[in-house]
Amino acid sequence: MAPNEASQDISVPDTSVEDRASNEAQLIEALRRGDETAFARLIDTYSGALLRVAMAYVPTRDVAEEVVQETWLGVLEGLDRFEARSSLKTWIFKILTNRAKTRGTRESRYEAVGLQTESASGADEPAVDPARFRQQGLFKHHWAIMPTAWEETTPERLLLSKESRAYIEQAIAALPPGQRQVITLRDIEGFTAQETCNILGITETNQRVLLHRARSKVRRALEQYLETSSMKSHPFQTTDSQR
Amino acid sequence: MLTCKDLTELVTDYLEGNLSPWQRVRFQIHLGLCFGCRAYLRQMRQTIRTLGKLPPEPFPPEIREELLRRFRHWRR
Repeated sequence: MAPNEASQDISVPDTSVEDRASNEAQLIEALRRGDETAFARLIDTYSGALLRVAMAYVPTRDVAEEVVQETWLGVLEGLDRFEARSSLKTWIFKILTNRAKTRGTRESRYEAVGLQTESASGADEPAVDPARFRQQGLFKHHWAIMPTAWEETTPERLLLSKESRAYIEQAIAALPPGQRQVITLRDIEGFTAQETCNILGITETNQRVLLHRARSKVRRALEQYLETSSMKSHPFQTTDSQR
Repeated sequence: MLTCKDLTELVTDYLEGNLSPWQRVRFQIHLGLCFGCRAYLRQMRQTIRTLGKLPPEPFPPEIREELLRRFRHWRR
């Protein structure tokens, strides 16, 4: 909830494009004038998201924090040259990914992990464990073990518990970098597909494949968690079945 | 006829509005007939909703202060 609340000052998702453009023009004007409040608001709005995205590139949180700091300094340096060909937000995140990439390749562990190798090797990763489907017969590849209906409020309940939040964060951190970058931008930070492609410099198809793999894995992780954790003992599986 | 396995691989294209009209119809027909796939699609939507509600990463206040300090001197 909070991340979007904060961002409303700068880019309200449901205002018209013109409104957003003029808000943004005003904001840029204010920044160029040296309006500190405007800058404070900007960093408060985006730093959390920037940090999340940076963490998908570099091995540690400390390095990610440095990358975000460098990004803001890069924003200040570039502000006079910013021409609003993309939105301010996209521009800022692009600066971040450029710096994070440079930094990420410098940090040894992440060397050689390119998007190419990743999507190639991920091409035949199934979304669901094949053992969940029937292996033969008329209903081959139909469910052998069906997914169960989760209760309507599952997301809210998951986020209430510190343990399950940590579990979700871990599932995201375990994704290959490209998948993690895409799911972070799309599903956690709410960027559109187009913005995401723009920021990461990938094609729409590649974006979709990475998103699909990432979401499928996180779903799987949640399913496992819900089946084994204490959440199961809550009155959790109501029968809202037939919808 | 689509299999359940097919459906689980098409679910992102479906949610992204990336299926052709014919594929979309096939997808929806399957959904209408298959309890397991309806549950799967709902789980997927709930997964996405969960991710969208994760709390923001806390940004260290020292870095924030440092940035504001730099901003003050930026124009001088």
